[in-house]
Amino acid sequence: MRPPKRLRRKAKSFVLLGLCGVAVLLMLAPLASILFTCFANGAGAITPAFFLKNPPSACNPNLGAPCPVGGVADAILGTLLLVALASLIALPLGILGGIYLSEFAERPLARPARFLADVMTGIPSIVIGVFVFGIFYFFAEEGWISSFSVISGYTGAVALAVIMIPVVARTCEEALRLVPISIREASLALGIPRHRTILRIVLSSARGGVLTGALLAVARAGGETAPLLLTAGFTTGTIFGLSGWTPSLPVLIYEFSAGGYANTTQLAWGAALILVLMMLVISVGARLALRNRFGGRSA
Amino acid sequence: MSGDKVVVEHLNAWYGKTHAVQDISLSFPDKQATAIIGPSGCGKSTFIRCLNRIHETQPKARAEGKVLLDGDDVYQADPTEIRRKIGMVFQRPNVFPTMSIYGNVAAGLKLHGGYSRDEIDTLVIESLKKSALWDEVKEKLDQSALQLSGGQQQRLCIARALAVQPEVLLMDEPASALDPISTARIEDLIFDLKNQVPVIIVTHNMQQAARVADRTAFLYLGKLVEIAPTRDLFERPAEKLTESYITGRFG
Repeated sequence: MRPPKRLRRKAKSFVLLGLCGVAVLLMLAPLASILFTCFANGAGAITPAFFLKNPPSACNPNLGAPCPVGGVADAILGTLLLVALASLIALPLGILGGIYLSEFAERPLARPARFLADVMTGIPSIVIGVFVFGIFYFFAEEGWISSFSVISGYTGAVALAVIMIPVVARTCEEALRLVPISIREASLALGIPRHRTILRIVLSSARGGVLTGALLAVARAGGETAPLLLTAGFTTGTIFGLSGWTPSLPVLIYEFSAGGYANTTQLAWGAALILVLMMLVISVGARLALRNRFGGRSA
Repeated sequence: MSGDKVVVEHLNAWYGKTHAVQDISLSFPDKQATAIIGPSGCGKSTFIRCLNRIHETQPKARAEGKVLLDGDDVYQADPTEIRRKIGMVFQRPNVFPTMSIYGNVAAGLKLHGGYSRDEIDTLVIESLKKSALWDEVKEKLDQSALQLSGGQQQRLCIARALAVQPEVLLMDEPASALDPISTARIEDLIFDLKNQVPVIIVTHNMQQAARVADRTAFLYLGKLVEIAPTRDLFERPAEKLTESYITGRFG
């Protein structure tokens, strides 16, 4: 005898809900594992010295005297400077590009531009590193910049910006498209000129989405390693702005995780923890940015 | 054109290949409400969207003909200037979602520039009073416009349109998305407003046209069938087509 319909429906619902729950757990497992491992291995490295000192240079603990652990002060500073300059370049260009793609979609340039932006987001980041390195190398060959500037924080920031621009432009475009036509018409019907309608009404209505896109791009740039290897380089020394070889947290993790020395491995774990926490803060920031000043969610 | 605020001569409008408004000529006197009725798709919305040149902001839309505001051709002037003089209220309330109640009404003034803070304050309050919203929102001007009800939002849109001191007010089915009580409030409002500015209102609700309009125009398939004082149009329509529409035989 078949169980009554109601029971079968309940059973089906129970099984499917269970499957969804398991899928969610599986999806979150790697994240939990990463967070746990970073904390377990990295938390010990987080001391005041970690933020204030640089890694000990040329110290091999196998040769006798114990090496100081040191810190990753300039790699943190380097990452902040690189991402700041990259954002300074990429956010205005990306947002303007997004405005073009969304608000001037009928122009002949918009479709190819959107296609190229999509292609650009798919280019492996190491290729972008090689490309930007090539450009700066060419500049140095021509004598326009000093050959010492080819591998520098400036080159690294440009490489990060090239990665960020299409991401910012496309997310900005998507956010602007979510603003209903009726809002644009309301503004135009008040006699507000089109440029002000776009900048003051449409962009403001979409600011949550635009800000989220910007912060996601910042988070992505902050975690990139490959494009910086060839452009910003790496040093354990002190940096003076972005003019020379500039260490960053991802490249430091790359350099130190394979070293095999206890002190640098510990620094790499600490750097990984700090980097993950930075990304977390930015993501939470993006969430908070979505709440508008009235406490609700905008766009 | 004596006493006529807006005169339309041989207006044609297209959406792509669709000829939505076909050779319409009519005039709108000052301080009167004129209703435009007709079945869905007859071109009534397109027609009033041509009067403030908002029609042409859509891709592949264009218009030809003359629209005279106080004798000057709207199509020879700066469209932003025209839209400022000919205000518009849309079918669905379209408040600016990230702005406060005050900010919405002040938006037009602020973005045009040239108004002092005091002038903006005065005009905002005046407009909210004219749109019969002041008593409901005076305590919460700095709160989000989105927390108002649909009917309140629509009256806020009317206040926003009035704040820039238009010379003509266009309304595109302003009550079609609202409940009967909100609709009645909007209709009362139109009745008051027409003494200050001519109101041109598109509606698919014939009772509404009968209640608020001094004159009514009937459009069918993009053409003007007839325009007459509202009472005459409903009681003694000159055209057979009008009669069949208002008696509900089609549409």
